[in-house]
Amino acid sequence: MSHWIIAPVLIPALAGLFLLMEVRERHRMRRWTGLLACVASLVVAVLLVQQAWDGTHTVYKLGNWEAPFGIVLVLDRLSALMVLLTSVLAFPALIYASCGDDRKGANFHGLFQFQLMGINGAFLTGDLFNLFVFFEVLLIASYGLALHGRGPERVKAGLHYVVLNLVGSGLFLIALGLIYGSTGTLNMADFAVKAQALTGTDATLLRVAVLLLWVVFGLKAALFPLYFWLPAAYAGATAGVAALFAIMTKVGIYAILRVTALAFAAGPFAGLGHEALWWLALITLAMACVGVLGAKRLATAVAYLVVMSVGTIVATLAVGQAEALGPALYYLVHSTLICAALFLLADLVARGRGDVGDRLVAGPAILGGGRLSLLFFVAAIAVVGLPPLSGFVGKVGLLRTVPDPLYWALLLIAGLCGLVAMSRAGSTLFWRTTGESAGLRPSRRRLLAVLLLLGLSPVMTIWAEPMLQWTAAVADQLLTPQAYIQAVLGGAA
Amino acid sequence: MELLVALIIGVLVSTGVYLCLRARTFPVVMGLTLLSYGVNVFLFSMGGLKINEVAVVGMSENPTDPLPQALVLTAIVIGFAMTAFLVVLALRSQGEHYTDHVDGSDGEDQGGAQ
Repeated sequence: MSHWIIAPVLIPALAGLFLLMEVRERHRMRRWTGLLACVASLVVAVLLVQQAWDGTHTVYKLGNWEAPFGIVLVLDRLSALMVLLTSVLAFPALIYASCGDDRKGANFHGLFQFQLMGINGAFLTGDLFNLFVFFEVLLIASYGLALHGRGPERVKAGLHYVVLNLVGSGLFLIALGLIYGSTGTLNMADFAVKAQALTGTDATLLRVAVLLLWVVFGLKAALFPLYFWLPAAYAGATAGVAALFAIMTKVGIYAILRVTALAFAAGPFAGLGHEALWWLALITLAMACVGVLGAKRLATAVAYLVVMSVGTIVATLAVGQAEALGPALYYLVHSTLICAALFLLADLVARGRGDVGDRLVAGPAILGGGRLSLLFFVAAIAVVGLPPLSGFVGKVGLLRTVPDPLYWALLLIAGLCGLVAMSRAGSTLFWRTTGESAGLRPSRRRLLAVLLLLGLSPVMTIWAEPMLQWTAAVADQLLTPQAYIQAVLGGAA
Repeated sequence: MELLVALIIGVLVSTGVYLCLRARTFPVVMGLTLLSYGVNVFLFSMGGLKINEVAVVGMSENPTDPLPQALVLTAIVIGFAMTAFLVVLALRSQGEHYTDHVDGSDGEDQGGAQ
């Protein structure tokens, strides 16, 4: 029964292989295979959340090798939550992409599944080198997806994205080498135990390794000064892909959170590098404000909103306040879903305006603009954090638990900048119209995909109390790493 | 031995970083390749340097650590695939922009339409 843990990795892997083998012309079959795999992943993710809900750690030993020697997958509340979030996000993104965008290039569906495999694997693994491998799986799939649909702009943004991430992979390997050299293990739980006992040169090496890890994870999470690739890459990608990419920055945040909670919650290395993370996150937040106000396209503005959410969450984590962790996770789920919905909406707007696209200038009226403007209004309220939607609940939770004047000021200013940018974008796109539209009316299926994502914000608001209790439970479990270590290493710990 | 390996890693990485910062795609690809060589040698030496020892327990008094060898094998395969992908991407970038500049334009024609 515990074999279910590997299903979120296996289902996309098998579906991806199947999709690679299929004949190129059978689009309908490819779409259904992809959607079916997404539904299956979603069902498994719900089952895994149920399994993790009672607070036990389920350890899956690959090849049945004992823990510090073999690779383990570990399911706890946090990884279950993240896998569920991935599946919930992937399904509407794939529906949207299946409305025609998937035919702009070869192998879209295969790459999409491999990307999901990499993301799910990164959330589930309990081994640092395995984390590197899953990072590479999700990255190489994301390279293909980011370039999907061709175009000079896409290739330019893609080149920067690929080169930066290759350098990042090199740094990751150096960090892993240092960790192995100083502690003699790559298993996360074993590493957490052995790191506490290090002294002298080994301790210095470990410090270097961990700071390098923060650089690598900061690059994935798009933290200042490593976020410059994100707006071009995300705004340039096909809408469905950009929506899926909304979770990619969260993989970086997850990795920081996991390693910190396990190995650096207490002991000689407690809070290593968190001072730097705190300042960098605040600068990220400030730069995102500038970016969102200066954006010339709606998709770019949304990409900066992703950066803004990263700054908010990492700043909260860097404070290290135990009570703030729950609201931060709630905000993480909320921001991922809403930013994904906004990427899809930006694409719908661009389609409706013909040649002008989603550039923030006066343009032709949008066919079916009434429905779109309503959806945009709801999404903007949610993402900025105005009452009554989930962004408000999340931000209030954060502000209540982090009593720092600088943090309060920046978070509120960021909200204001987001509000100004979104109001300006909305009024330009929907009200400053000139003449008849040459664009396309949004199809029902595309609207359905947006609604599925956007509808989760009211759901998260109505059931905010149980959601927050649940994320608090996730945080509680994270703050007691002894249970994780005990589960992985058995009696040895 | 340690000094030699350290120097080799240092030279590889510094050359790699220098080339990565160039403005043309070909030097960048070369730089990333050198960087990954340096990283691979570094990873390889992390289990401790031993000469003329096998990596199998029981075959030798003082076996060398087999794990870095397994890790480096994975890293080589992944690095190789990524480099191949990057070469294809660089070619495509040149085909789309008619230049091998990493930003898709040479800087001289920045005033013009991009």
